[in-house]
Amino acid sequence: MRISRRILAGLATASLAVTATSCGGGGTSGSFDDTVTVGILHSLSGTMAISESTLVDTEKMAIEEINAAGGVTVGGKSYKIEYIVEDGASDWPTFAEKSKKLIDQDGVPVVFGGWTSASRKAMLPVYESKDAFLYYPIQYEAQECSNNIFYTGATPNQQSEPATDFMYKRSPAAGGDFFLVGSDYVFPRTSNTITKAQVKQLGGKVVGEDYLPLGNTEVAPIISKIKKALPDGGIIINTLNGDQNVAFFKQIQDAGITPSSGYYVMNYSIAEEEISTIGPEFLEGHYGAWNYMMSIDTPASKKFAASFKKRWGADRVVADPQESAYNMVYLWKQAVEDAGTFDDNAVREALVGQKFDAPQGPVEVMPNHHLSQTVRIGEINAEGGFTILEETGVVLPQAWNQKHPSSKGFACDWTDPSKGEKYKL
Amino acid sequence: MELLLDSLFNGVAIGSVLLVAALGLAIVFGLMGVINLAHGELMMLGAYTTYVTQLIFKLPILKPFYNSYIIVSIFLAFIVSGVVGILLEKTIIRKLYGSPLETLLATWGVSLILQQFVRSVPLAYGTGLVISLLIGLFLPTTFPSKIKESINFKYFKFSSWIFAALTGVLTGSLISSSVSKLSRASARNVDVTAPSWMRGQVEIIGTAFPKTRLMIIVITLISVIAITLFLNQSAWGMRIRAVTQNRQMSDCLGISTEKVDIITFGIGSGLAGVAGVAVSLLGSVGPNVGGNYIVGCFMVVVLGGVGNLLGTVLASFGIGIMTDLIGAGRLLSIWPDMPLPLSNTINFFATTSMARVMIFALIVIFLQFKPTGLFPQKGRMVEN
Repeated sequence: MRISRRILAGLATASLAVTATSCGGGGTSGSFDDTVTVGILHSLSGTMAISESTLVDTEKMAIEEINAAGGVTVGGKSYKIEYIVEDGASDWPTFAEKSKKLIDQDGVPVVFGGWTSASRKAMLPVYESKDAFLYYPIQYEAQECSNNIFYTGATPNQQSEPATDFMYKRSPAAGGDFFLVGSDYVFPRTSNTITKAQVKQLGGKVVGEDYLPLGNTEVAPIISKIKKALPDGGIIINTLNGDQNVAFFKQIQDAGITPSSGYYVMNYSIAEEEISTIGPEFLEGHYGAWNYMMSIDTPASKKFAASFKKRWGADRVVADPQESAYNMVYLWKQAVEDAGTFDDNAVREALVGQKFDAPQGPVEVMPNHHLSQTVRIGEINAEGGFTILEETGVVLPQAWNQKHPSSKGFACDWTDPSKGEKYKL
Repeated sequence: MELLLDSLFNGVAIGSVLLVAALGLAIVFGLMGVINLAHGELMMLGAYTTYVTQLIFKLPILKPFYNSYIIVSIFLAFIVSGVVGILLEKTIIRKLYGSPLETLLATWGVSLILQQFVRSVPLAYGTGLVISLLIGLFLPTTFPSKIKESINFKYFKFSSWIFAALTGVLTGSLISSSVSKLSRASARNVDVTAPSWMRGQVEIIGTAFPKTRLMIIVITLISVIAITLFLNQSAWGMRIRAVTQNRQMSDCLGISTEKVDIITFGIGSGLAGVAGVAVSLLGSVGPNVGGNYIVGCFMVVVLGGVGNLLGTVLASFGIGIMTDLIGAGRLLSIWPDMPLPLSNTINFFATTSMARVMIFALIVIFLQFKPTGLFPQKGRMVEN
């Protein structure tokens, strides 16, 4: 018994040593001159793990692709990208703590991370005080413009505004009244403030609005409010989060609030991943608005979906947040190569104006550290994807929303020292 | 009239979800005084049982009976949660009777373990484990008393556990090989789809009611009636009530209090499983589903008066109707031309978040005046 245990221990140590050398040695062997280590910081445990782990997968894939194509070339030297993955554990202070660890202890030049606005708000002071750089890949409520964050997701004018316009002017419920439903936190409330201002400008009417506390799945009162406010059908704008969508769509279908009876729901948080969880039978005929949809019929989009499936399994899907995460890794690589250094300040300057042929089409980094993107409106189909109905041209990002009363007339420009975070237009 | 009917229905619908969820707790907490924070997770097990049953009924052999899977899953959920509850009682709670703080911490720990269990164990093997528990716990009780009294009984018991473990592993791998969705562990939320006959609406007196809601009301009613009959008419029910009222005296009179504890806890847990079936019809099924209901359950039981089923029933329907009245702003439609300050106040509270705040506030105020709930317990036990 004792001997066998010793042998086992020996084997374990040996195998550990083998993995250790294969990991560490990977950088210097082969055709690379050096390595650079970047940070990846998403929730791998807790409620957000389901969503955020898809971003980790995508970022890993992007890094592997770049390495396979020769790595990052800085100052004539080729660098292999290695990464440290940290777990934010769906706990916002942990995001700040792990950011400090990545910056101070590991000395990474860049961190790719975050999903919820709450995690971003927790990390922001860390990156500002250490003058480090965070790449954040999620569509969000905007009303923020930090010199130390680069936002690759959509701002409201790149998602909700074209969507509201479509619903009011060209959807089957065109001209109808609006009802706004959301989870009770910052994104739905900000997004709906913007939608209300926009509907008023368009000449429409918002007849009701309700927010479900996070974790609550009892939607019966909301359903009776919708039925009272929109007795003959109309437009519902949905910004519910995660599981609450399942409860909402199951129950509204049972209550007869369906496309066939004139109710059309426009969703801002339901992408391909969520459709497969909720079930397409509950969502068919409703709408979604995103920059990237898996059904985009271009070689870039198909290649992106195919390589993701090849890397992580044929049953996996790609969606908008993943595309944003993919883009940001490539944009960082381009900026570093242009700057000729990993130094934050130089990379930040080189970043603005970077162009990339993303799976969604061409994107460009704007002076306000957001991306110019294409907006697509899709109808959810029985196969669990989107049938793309319309596509805008490239829409410039507004860090400060021009319809929100508190930020109207302001903009952000980090290329001009006299303008900065928030200046009057 | 139609408005009143609609409002009443909504209130009853919300209330019956609360009631079915709280019913098991009313027994465990109300009759036994055990603060079981894992009650929500027993509900979650019931919800997962529904999901597993649904997938198994999609297999070719059972496909013709697919439409009835929801009925079957009610019984299965009762058994699954009941068995896990009995195991919990036998291993942990029994040792902690009379120490509420320790029970609270221990059951909270159990709830975390159960959540992590469904995240990291493939559901097929989870099912296998429950089956082996079921056999291991109940097979020895079916032996004739001659064997039970013999000195070799412990060997019989031991061998029946071996048999149970084998059966569990076998069923586990059988399910895992035939239903691929159950063969991998996943932390993702899953979805129960009601059979087609339960979807859509029915029209009663000119108003359309969602069928799933009616189904939940029916499940709740049957559970309440069954449990009332059991407690008041059956011999075991009488023993349970006797032990609740005076444990020492019942013990002296030859009632096996140990058995009564097991049965009470098992039934309470089983009812949590039935509640799990009901909530799986409303939303998605995930490891955290129980956490959403546990606070509401305790609220209902405390408001109704600990140890009183009728109180629990009235409290849940009361909260349900209030939620609908406040949350959907019904008062305004009933009385459209009320004075402006009043209507503004009502409008302010007419959102789901604010309605919740308002109801909690009302309950706190109510408990100031009646700290023991709607129907306080009387008699000897209170004095102890």
